[in-house]
Amino acid sequence: MCLAIPGQVVEVVDEHNRLATVEVAGVRRTVNIGLLDVGDVGAVPGDWVLIHVGFALSKIDEEEARATLRLLEQMGAEYAQELDELKASVIE
Amino acid sequence: MKFVDEFRDAELGRVVAGEIVAAVEPGRHYKVMEVCGGHTHSIYKYGVDDLLPSNVELVHGPGCPVCVIPMGRVDDGIALAHEPGVIFTCFGDMLRVPGSSQTLLDAKADGADVRIVYSPLDALRIAKQNPEREVVFFAIGFETTAPSTALTLRRARAESVGNFSVMCSHVTIVPPLRALLESPDLRLDGFIGPGHVATVVGARPFQFLPDQYGKPVVISGFEPLDILQSVLMVLRQLGAGRATVENQYARVVPWEGNLRALEIMAEVFALRPHFEWRGLGFISQSALRISDAYAEWDAEERFSVPGVRVADPKACQCGEVLKGVIKPWECKVFGTACTPERPIGTCMVSPEGACAAYYNYGRFAREREVA
Ligand code: SF4
Repeated sequence: MCLAIPGQVVEVVDEHNRLATVEVAGVRRTVNIGLLDVGDVGAVPGDWVLIHVGFALSKIDEEEARATLRLLEQMGAEYAQELDELKASVIE
Repeated sequence: MKFVDEFRDAELGRVVAGEIVAAVEPGRHYKVMEVCGGHTHSIYKYGVDDLLPSNVELVHGPGCPVCVIPMGRVDDGIALAHEPGVIFTCFGDMLRVPGSSQTLLDAKADGADVRIVYSPLDALRIAKQNPEREVVFFAIGFETTAPSTALTLRRARAESVGNFSVMCSHVTIVPPLRALLESPDLRLDGFIGPGHVATVVGARPFQFLPDQYGKPVVISGFEPLDILQSVLMVLRQLGAGRATVENQYARVVPWEGNLRALEIMAEVFALRPHFEWRGLGFISQSALRISDAYAEWDAEERFSVPGVRVADPKACQCGEVLKGVIKPWECKVFGTACTPERPIGTCMVSPEGACAAYYNYGRFAREREVA
């Protein structure tokens, strides 16, 4: 549960509840982007974000996202488990 | 240096390792604590400490949320899970944490409806799908995770989801660090600050380390190169006789943190006067409870929670490990009675726990050979 995984925002699917489809390691899942609503711009499609327990925690740039993904992939089992749990997640 | 090839920039890795050697005074022993379990994990996985001179020692801190949950709290969770009609939800890491007589996994085998969720929002969805059941979410984690619980509770209130509640066991990072610095067991020279926690709280809360204790702290990213660079930054401060908060992870961590997250946390949570930490005992103002405005969704209000207090098992030295006083392999049951498959203590359960990290990366075998 301590991992933060990078993903790219595809589209905002529930404006009111601040839910967005995010592509994470090839899978699309719904996550909450409400914690990024600082100022007048929140996360928008195309943004890379770090996701922790179903919530986008911070925006990052693409290079950072790719480097973080590489690091996570090298972790092996724990990353695989986190991805499995993420895949089982149905946030609506 | 086989590890350096796995760094984002191997050449820079070599340069930094060299600069660290140049930055230390021979004859001086440096103890630098990495606060966060994620760092501990990277350090063992990549052998970061093998790249350091022998007089620079990395000490593992208390920043693993699963590790610090006391046994009594697990027992309380298990008691709730056994309540009739309850669906008890938690992160997967909590399932195998030993309570005094059972784990949540055992409770599940005994017929309790215990379900793993990836997100507190999954727990809320389960509540909405099962209106005739009571759904409890066992919330754990530092400030990294607490905002997610807070937003979930906000939504539960907005949608009047009456059969959802949270057993709040969120903890905060500053009080245990203060407790460590006040304890005579341990002399530390500086800190590698927790990157993800700082994403939420910012760098400012760590200012007390230099201001009140004269200790340098560098907020760090999680790649091996990040950690190496942060160690160098700590050593340079020490060499120059300085102590400040520096942010090595500025590409992700804003100095002021995530103001939105802090605002929501302030609304949904309140500080507990004190909270018990595994192995560290009671630490004042070190954990969060659900605020009065959200009391309706507080599992501790809704159910009678036993509030169990149990001493850690005699064989367990997690407290010493969490304080950095001993290394995992110095615990008498490490790798024998206590393994990731059959953990006695929490530090062996979570991958971020120092004992599990040592065990999984085979370092204990190496250490024992040289010992
Ligand atoms: S080996 Fe087990 S009992 Fe000993 S400190 Fe580590 S987790 Fe705790």
